[in-house]
Amino acid sequence: MLKKLLFLLLFFSASAFSYDLPKDPLASVQWDDMYAAFLKEHPAVFDEKVIVHAPVFAEDPMNVPITVDASQLGEVKEIIIFADFNPIPLIAKYYPVKAKPTLSFRFKIQQASPVRAAVLTDDGVWHVGGMWVNSAGGGCTVASTGRLVGDWADYLGEVYGKEWVNEDANRVRFLIHHPMDTGLVPGIPAFYIEELEFETEAGEELASIKLYEPINENPVLTFDFTPDNKKSTILMSGADNNGNEFEARFKP
Amino acid sequence: MMLRVINALLISLCLPLATLAAEFDYQLNPVKVVKDTYIFEGKTEDFTFGNGGNIVNTGFIVTSNGVVVIDTGPSLRYGEQMRKAISNVTKKPILRVYLTHHHPDHFLGNQAFKGIPIYALGETITSINNEGAGFTDNLYLMVGDWMRGTDSIAPTKTVEPGVVNLGGHKIEILGFSGHTVGDLAIFDHTTGALFSGDLIFHKRTLTTPHANISLWLETIAALKKKPFKVLIPGHGPKSLDKQAMDDVSDYLRWIDVTFKKASEDGLSMTELMAQPIPKQFSGNALLKEEFSRSVTHLYAKYEQAVFKRAN
Ligand SMILES: [Zn+2]
Repeated sequence: MLKKLLFLLLFFSASAFSYDLPKDPLASVQWDDMYAAFLKEHPAVFDEKVIVHAPVFAEDPMNVPITVDASQLGEVKEIIIFADFNPIPLIAKYYPVKAKPTLSFRFKIQQASPVRAAVLTDDGVWHVGGMWVNSAGGGCTVASTGRLVGDWADYLGEVYGKEWVNEDANRVRFLIHHPMDTGLVPGIPAFYIEELEFETEAGEELASIKLYEPINENPVLTFDFTPDNKKSTILMSGADNNGNEFEARFKP
Repeated sequence: MMLRVINALLISLCLPLATLAAEFDYQLNPVKVVKDTYIFEGKTEDFTFGNGGNIVNTGFIVTSNGVVVIDTGPSLRYGEQMRKAISNVTKKPILRVYLTHHHPDHFLGNQAFKGIPIYALGETITSINNEGAGFTDNLYLMVGDWMRGTDSIAPTKTVEPGVVNLGGHKIEILGFSGHTVGDLAIFDHTTGALFSGDLIFHKRTLTTPHANISLWLETIAALKKKPFKVLIPGHGPKSLDKQAMDDVSDYLRWIDVTFKKASEDGLSMTELMAQPIPKQFSGNALLKEEFSRSVTHLYAKYEQAVFKRAN
């Protein structure tokens, strides 16, 4: 019996990692599990060209700012952002089409953790960068302020934002009113925006993003789109896990 | 709360108490700054186990009737050691305590002054009632067993701004806001000592978790009119002139202008954190760290002022 179990274990671990996993420069015991959970379809390399900017200490664990910048890699297919030690590690999956491989937002952190971006390039390799963010803790298990005040429903889905026509890209920054409940606070089920899509008014697809529970309450996101026409009005559409739909338009 | 229980358990299980007690010594040394007036000067550092939370200036005035204490420090141990150090200067009783504001490094020594009236602005008392327990838990995390036994104790008396005569000292209580919603400063007309609390940081970058920049600037303009001889800031060395006040105003104005421009240019928080900081401010400890924290505290408001309804 024991032998059989051992064999099974060996078999599964061998098949789960058909690539040699590189040694984690952030020395996290969770790295192997993170790879198995989110990246296992492709081999991974640690790559300094994937830059994660965040403060080394989370002053407000409910609102940790982060910028991911993979522009040194050129064209990319997907960017996955996760925090190894968060109770829900997955934070976002970004799919730039006509957009720079950069984005910024805020997220909730539960305890000190590596925060990483894995960037999939055309050759089918994950390029992984990241850093440790320290925290006094508690970002994921505190009720949102909208819940505490009780007025979140009055503003649900309202979008405020702006488009900037910069030299290299059209930057869009916006805030969506949404409680982004993690489901980890007793009595409050998970309630969060799942997906947002961006296109120009002419129907040119720019990018899409999947968001997960750790994104902060009333998310503020920043993207750099590269539409053919720099004067494009950019449309956003999306939905949360309860079926509420959101739309917005950003004029340069 | 849970944390404190665990802390206590760990200590009673693993360590001989006698050796620990000797080590948790803040070495408080009263320094006379002007007639009858003494301060305990803290380090211009962040909270660490190494400094036990002694990063703050507290002080006392010895009047003919007794002692007036200004702020009680970050922990019960600090408050107790403060009382001991005061008793080495004077055997007079402590008449009253004034708290400058509700930040934990300024009031968590309250327990050591049990039975003595503790005065604070109404806003400060409300904030301590709301946030005091959370602050205390946070400090346990940051400085560990220096905090042993410390609980958040609310002030016992609400003070109205105005002048009081205490043992031959004409003491003016000033009620402001800007660093927090309730910032008390004390001006002793008899000696010229001005205790500013955290309205002034000197050679240490100011902190903004509850700040309102425009109110803070108005407050400093009002403080500058007081004919003080010595200014005791909440953090950092005493000052004999108005330079420390101007430095705080300059930094606040720079933050305001920089955050406004960043929001108009469409910068994210992390991009703003990476902005260069003028050399002018490089003499202040913890500049980069506090600037970054201030972005977290204050930038969201600036962003929202630029955003327009998009649906
Ligand atoms: Zn303060």
